[in-house]
Amino acid sequence: MSAELAHGLAYWLRRLGGGVTGGISRLGFAARFLLAVLWYSPQAFRRIHLTLREIYFAGVLSLVIVLMSGMFVGMVLSLQGYETLKRYGSDEQLGILVALALVRELGPVIAGLLFASRAGSAITAEIGLMKTTEQLAAMEMMAVNPLARVVAPRFWGGVVSMPLLAALFSAFGIFGGYLVGVRLIGIDEGAFWGQMQAGVDFWPDVTNGIIKSVVFGFAVSLIAVFEGYDSKPTAEGVSTATTRTVVISSLAILALDFVMTAFMFRGGNV
Amino acid sequence: MGAPVNVHGGAAATIAGRSEPETPAVELVDVSFAYDVRPVLEGITMTIPRGKIVAIMGGSGCGKTTILRLIGGALKPRSGAVRVAGQSVPDLGAEALYHLRRRCGMLFQFGALFTDMSVFENIAFPLREHTDLPEELIRDLVLMKLHAVGLRGAAQLMPSELSGGMARRVALARAIALDPMLVMYDEPFAGLDPISLGVIGQLIRRLNDALGITSVVVTHDVYESLKIVDYLYFVSDGRIVASGTVADVRESMLPFVRQFVDGQPDGPVPFHYPAAPYREELFARVG
Repeated sequence: MSAELAHGLAYWLRRLGGGVTGGISRLGFAARFLLAVLWYSPQAFRRIHLTLREIYFAGVLSLVIVLMSGMFVGMVLSLQGYETLKRYGSDEQLGILVALALVRELGPVIAGLLFASRAGSAITAEIGLMKTTEQLAAMEMMAVNPLARVVAPRFWGGVVSMPLLAALFSAFGIFGGYLVGVRLIGIDEGAFWGQMQAGVDFWPDVTNGIIKSVVFGFAVSLIAVFEGYDSKPTAEGVSTATTRTVVISSLAILALDFVMTAFMFRGGNV
Repeated sequence: MGAPVNVHGGAAATIAGRSEPETPAVELVDVSFAYDVRPVLEGITMTIPRGKIVAIMGGSGCGKTTILRLIGGALKPRSGAVRVAGQSVPDLGAEALYHLRRRCGMLFQFGALFTDMSVFENIAFPLREHTDLPEELIRDLVLMKLHAVGLRGAAQLMPSELSGGMARRVALARAIALDPMLVMYDEPFAGLDPISLGVIGQLIRRLNDALGITSVVVTHDVYESLKIVDYLYFVSDGRIVASGTVADVRESMLPFVRQFVDGQPDGPVPFHYPAAPYREELFARVG
C-alpha cells in the first residue's frame, strides 16, 4: 500500500514538475517568438497592404459587435447609475459616472475581451489551419518567411485595431448613456454633458484608458498569433489553440487591468 | 544491413550507360537522422542525376518524407552529407538556404494551396515575393504555368472550388512558377481518382523533360511510378533496401521489392505490428 502511495505521489510530483518546466519553457519560447516577430516586422511593413488587410479583418469586421456592446453597456450603466445617484440627490452627475467608468475601465476591458473572442480566436484558427494544411511549410519551402508574411501583419493588425476599437466602444457607450439618461429618464442635457466635461480629464483618465487598450491589444495579438503558430497540426490541436487564445487572453486582460489600475489610479489623483 | 544493394543484389547503383561529368542535382551520402532518440534514417546514400525522375518508395512512416525535408533543408541530418547542386544544405545559413530554395519547387501531399487566395494569386505568389516583374508579365507567366497543367480556365477559382486532382495540378503550377531546377513531390498520387492519377503522372514526366527539371517523387504508388520514373529507391525502416531502374524492378526477385510491387500483405514487411506472442498475451489476462 505504501509503495502504491509513494508511486502515486511520485507520479503527481512528476506531473507538477513537468507542468512547471513546460510552462516556463513555453513562456521562453513565446518571448523568443515575440522577438522574432519584431525582428521581421520591418520586412512586413515594407508591404503595408498586408497589415492594412489584417486591420480590416481584425478591426473593421469587429466593429458591429464592439459598437453594439458599447451602446448597451452605456445604456445599462446609465440606468444603474441613475438609480444609485438619485438616492443621494446627485443624479446630474450621471454624465461623469458613465464617462469615467467607460473611459477608464469598461472601454478597454470589455472591448479587449470582445476583441479576444472575435478577432483573436479567428487569428489563431487561421494560422493554426494554415499550419495544419502545410501552407506555412509550403511558404517556407518557397523561401518566404511565414513570420514576416503571415504572423507579423496579423500581430500589428491587432495591435493597431484594439485601441481604436476601445475608443469607439467608449464613445458609443457614452452615447448610449446619453440616450437613456437624457432622452429616456430626462436628466438635464446641459448638466449631463457639462458635468462630464468638468469631471473627466484628458490626463490621466483618457490617456490611461488608451494606455490600457494598447497594452491589451499587444497582449491579445501576441497570444493569438503565438497560439496559432504553436498549435498542434491537427483538428484537435487547432481547436485547443483557439480555446486557449480566448481563455489566456481574457485572463491576461483582467490581470493586466488590475496591475495597471493599481499603478495608475492609486489614491490621491482621483 | 550494409551498403544499399540494387535489385539484382549486386553492387551499388548508377543508372546504366550514363556517366555524369557535372555534379548531380541531389546527393545524399551516408545520411542518418533521428527525432530525439527515435532513429528515422540510417546510412542513406543516394544520387539523383540532373534531368531524371527518381522515386523514393516505401511504406507509410518509413522515413520517405523525412528525406525530402532533409533535401529542402527543413531538417538537418545527424550525420552524413546532403548536397543539392553541389552545395552542402545543412551548412547553409538562412540567407543561402532561402536562395537555394528559390531554385527548388515542392509539391505537398494535399497541395497546400493558400486558401485565402485565388488560383491565379497562388501561382503569382512566388513571383510577387521574389521578383519585381511588372503586373502584365506576372499575368502572362501565371497563365503560361496554368496552361501547362491544363487549368488556364480555372484561374479565377478559389482553392475550395477545386477537386483534389485540380488542386494538385495548381500546386504543381505553383511549384514550377520560378522555373526551378529541382522539384520535389510528396505523395503526388495520394487520394486521387484514376484519371487525375494518370494526369499528374504524365504532367510530372512532361514537365520534367520539357523544362529540364530534376524530379524527386516520394510515393508508395508503385503502379503509377513505374510508368513515369527513371530510377527507384526502396526505403524500409529508414534504410535503402533496394534500388534500380524500372526494368530492374519489374524483374527483381528480392522479397521486399516483390512484396511491394505485388502488394502482398505479408512478407519482409510483416502484417503484424511487433507484439508479445499471441498465445502468451491471451492467457496472461487472468490474474
